[in-house]
Amino acid sequence: MHELLSILIWLPIAAGVLVMLLGDRNIAAGRWVALSGSLATLALAVPLWTHFNTSTADLQFSQLLPWIPRFRAYYGLGVDGISMPLILLTAFMTVPVVIAGWTVIEARPAQYFAAFLIMEGLMIGVFSATDALLFYVFWEAMLIPMFLIIGIWGGPRRVYATIKFFLYTFLGSVFMLAALIYMYVKAGQYSIASFQALPLSLIEQRWIFLAFFLAFAVKVPMFPVHTWLPDAHVEAPTGGSVILAAIMLKMGGYGFLRFSLPITPDASRELDLMVIALSLIAVVYIGFVALVQQDMKKLIAYSSIAHMGFVTLGAFVVYEIVRNTGQLTGAGMGMDGAMVQMISHGLISGALFLCVGVLYDRVHSRQIADYGGVVNTMPVFAAFMVLFALANTGLPGTSGFVGEFLVIIASFRASFWYALLAAVTLVLGASYTLWLVKRVVFGPVANSKVAALKDLNSREFLVLGALAVAVLLLGLWPAPLLRVLQPTIHHLVIQAIATKL
Amino acid sequence: MSPDAVMSWSSVAPAVGEIWLAVGICYVLLVDVFAGERQRALTPTLTLVVLAAGAALMVTCGHVTERTLLFNGLYIADELGFVLKLAALLVLAVALLYSRAYLESRSILRGEYYVLALTALLGIFVLISANSLLTVYLGVELLALSVYALVAFDRDSGIAAESAMKYFVLGAIASGALLYGMSLIYGLTGTLDLTQIAARLHAPLHPGVILGLTFIVVAVAFKLGAVPFHMWLPDVYEGAPTSVTLFIATVPKIAYFALTLRLLAYGLAGMEAQWSQMLAALAVLTLVVGNVVAIVQTNLKRMLAYSTIANVGFIVLGFVAGTPDGYAAALYYTLVYVLVALGSFGVIMLAGAKGFEADRLDDYRGLYRRDPLLALVMMMLMFSTAGVPPFVGFWAKLRIFQVLWESNHLWLVIIAAAMSVVGVFYYLRVIKLMYFDEPQGSVPASAGAPGVRLALGLNAVAVLALGLLPGPLLDLCARLIH
Repeated sequence: MHELLSILIWLPIAAGVLVMLLGDRNIAAGRWVALSGSLATLALAVPLWTHFNTSTADLQFSQLLPWIPRFRAYYGLGVDGISMPLILLTAFMTVPVVIAGWTVIEARPAQYFAAFLIMEGLMIGVFSATDALLFYVFWEAMLIPMFLIIGIWGGPRRVYATIKFFLYTFLGSVFMLAALIYMYVKAGQYSIASFQALPLSLIEQRWIFLAFFLAFAVKVPMFPVHTWLPDAHVEAPTGGSVILAAIMLKMGGYGFLRFSLPITPDASRELDLMVIALSLIAVVYIGFVALVQQDMKKLIAYSSIAHMGFVTLGAFVVYEIVRNTGQLTGAGMGMDGAMVQMISHGLISGALFLCVGVLYDRVHSRQIADYGGVVNTMPVFAAFMVLFALANTGLPGTSGFVGEFLVIIASFRASFWYALLAAVTLVLGASYTLWLVKRVVFGPVANSKVAALKDLNSREFLVLGALAVAVLLLGLWPAPLLRVLQPTIHHLVIQAIATKL
Repeated sequence: MSPDAVMSWSSVAPAVGEIWLAVGICYVLLVDVFAGERQRALTPTLTLVVLAAGAALMVTCGHVTERTLLFNGLYIADELGFVLKLAALLVLAVALLYSRAYLESRSILRGEYYVLALTALLGIFVLISANSLLTVYLGVELLALSVYALVAFDRDSGIAAESAMKYFVLGAIASGALLYGMSLIYGLTGTLDLTQIAARLHAPLHPGVILGLTFIVVAVAFKLGAVPFHMWLPDVYEGAPTSVTLFIATVPKIAYFALTLRLLAYGLAGMEAQWSQMLAALAVLTLVVGNVVAIVQTNLKRMLAYSTIANVGFIVLGFVAGTPDGYAAALYYTLVYVLVALGSFGVIMLAGAKGFEADRLDDYRGLYRRDPLLALVMMMLMFSTAGVPPFVGFWAKLRIFQVLWESNHLWLVIIAAAMSVVGVFYYLRVIKLMYFDEPQGSVPASAGAPGVRLALGLNAVAVLALGLLPGPLLDLCARLIH
């Protein structure tokens, strides 16, 4: 079992290289290699879940090999309750991306599939690295395939969008690297556990926290460094949007839970109001921004920012709970909510982008105004779209409900006003999502293009069906996920409220 | 050395590389003269044979494990020099391999080119092993004069002649500065021997020594291409035939690293406080000017020239740290830079064809469609120079950041990090042109023998492999310095 994580990282990368070597001429074989590569990765990720020990917060499936002796950096892998579900999500979401791109991608298909497979491996690497240097290498390497995906297969303004995306994230990451080096110089090694145990003064913590904050806030993205996301999403091809929304945004949230809270608990406590305020701005203000969008992808992109606001809110509301009530009750609930929200948003936003992709492949427009009455010609598709839209609004019974509900309850313990502002999303989210559905799906058939639409083919049905099952399953029965999270979140709360001073 | 000591073979064995090169140069020159126009192709092959034999001789006879002084202390043989020389040999061989087709297609495949490259290499060898101000100057001038001639080598090209002239005039001023600084140091310490100078220089320092040091730093900065002594570099890179640019951008950097190390870090170690301040100012200027000015370039060779300047800033930062770890980081950075520059200029040469230089950025629009391999190689090299893992360039930058943190130069880390973000932009632009844009007009198909393309591919694979497993090279650099 020690090599399982390594296999999960390198198998998709190897498959990606193989697809690239096969080239566009052998793309028929290449597609199958890509599909079997991603399916095999998913299949191998399942034991991660079934053999997961839910009674401990320790790292499991760990592997530790010497990598760079001079820096005492290790090739160290391992998962706990917060990284394991994210790895499963990554493995799960790559399959629909491969299937969705099956025939749609006409230009350089071999590289398209290769880029996604390589990225899958790198993303799993980010979630499983236990050595900060290894983490950083995966974290940055991941930018390369995404840069190419947006730049090569993107829309008309793809160059602007992809360079903006790369520079924003690279700038944030450089600060994180500086913080990592600082801690390396103090700790003498790069293991994340040693950083978490490292005593740091409040001033050091503040700087480190801010450096991490820049890196992760760009990735989440939080207001006001979110502006790269709508551009990237709009210009990216469908698969790129799906991976961007479903996985890459989660890395910011993961970073907060893995690095910021345990490494700089005192600075987090001191600066928590900043994070909470920015999260609430994201929830409320970005919600309004989403309302006025004319472009479906842009609308979903803004909705992503608003939903990710819940993740950061849930992670940092812990400090307000302790401060205002003096008790720990409910502190874990916020973090539970943040994690569930990440998984659920990964599924829902991915599904919504795939829905937009289905429409775009047929009509070649993302403008809401070009649609109307899609339900008349594509009833099956409309059913899926409505389901995912409702999940996006947080309808009970779907996964969207669980995360938001947990975070709102937790913020209620901290302050009535946080909960109230957070709950505004229920109204706003419903408004922009349902209005989108109303304009696109319902009503009379708007134009001849819509009239000529054909309903889902079996490939699309399979993809959306699988996602729908996952969304409903997680919404109706979140207990297995919460059980996996429980010991790790408990441990994390203790780390987060402990003081290093 | 006792007066009755006879110069035996074993006493000069560590210098076998230089001796062999001197013999080889004469040999290649003679063969070329008598071979005539029709056997012109003989010289390149012969040169490669000379290089291969030189490497073999050095490995079998010339390997030393301890510091050995030869020729009355003028010459030092140590493991560092051994490895640097082998690296220079290898890089020159690859550079000549890359440039053969380029020279042929432009009808400038002449024997002198190869002879001059070999004399430059001899100069590099001498410089690497210099243990006396005299030997340093000898090496510097032998290298510089060969390179001036190489730049002007394409005699029908006006721009090449112009840049050679500029290089020569500015280079002469730098040589003058170097000599003047050396004379002051010599006058005040009474010795030319670097080991002796190191032993005799200690606080309180005579103001004249500091003046001498200043001139030496200026000369070193000129040779490295550090701002504000970088003026020659973009013009020479742009004006010289690409094969010469490839040469200038790679092999001599190894020698100038050795120059900085032997002269400043070892010889003038007693004045570390002074020169590290000077180098810090130079490094900051170099990083800022190199990265910012590179953004507005439209010529790829010129852009890479400014990129070189930016990289030199990082190498200088390694020296600023003033610790053995810092020098090891600078060595690592130099080797990594040379590896990447070798590939980058190799791509420029292979992308071109007869009558098409492929040196403007616009020539790279849609390169992916014309030549996927070249585009892929170039992309990896650009990401590497930009410092994006998993490519080796990242580790070079990381190592520099680490040694600066460890020596408490926090503000330098911040400037260097900020400037490397600026740098990313223009490297990304090259990738954007190659991959995201459509080709413009019809461009002659790029040629290049399969062997050369394979070498270029291996070059890129090395950049990736050293990036995935950076440990061995890092350890080697540290071992060489300590």
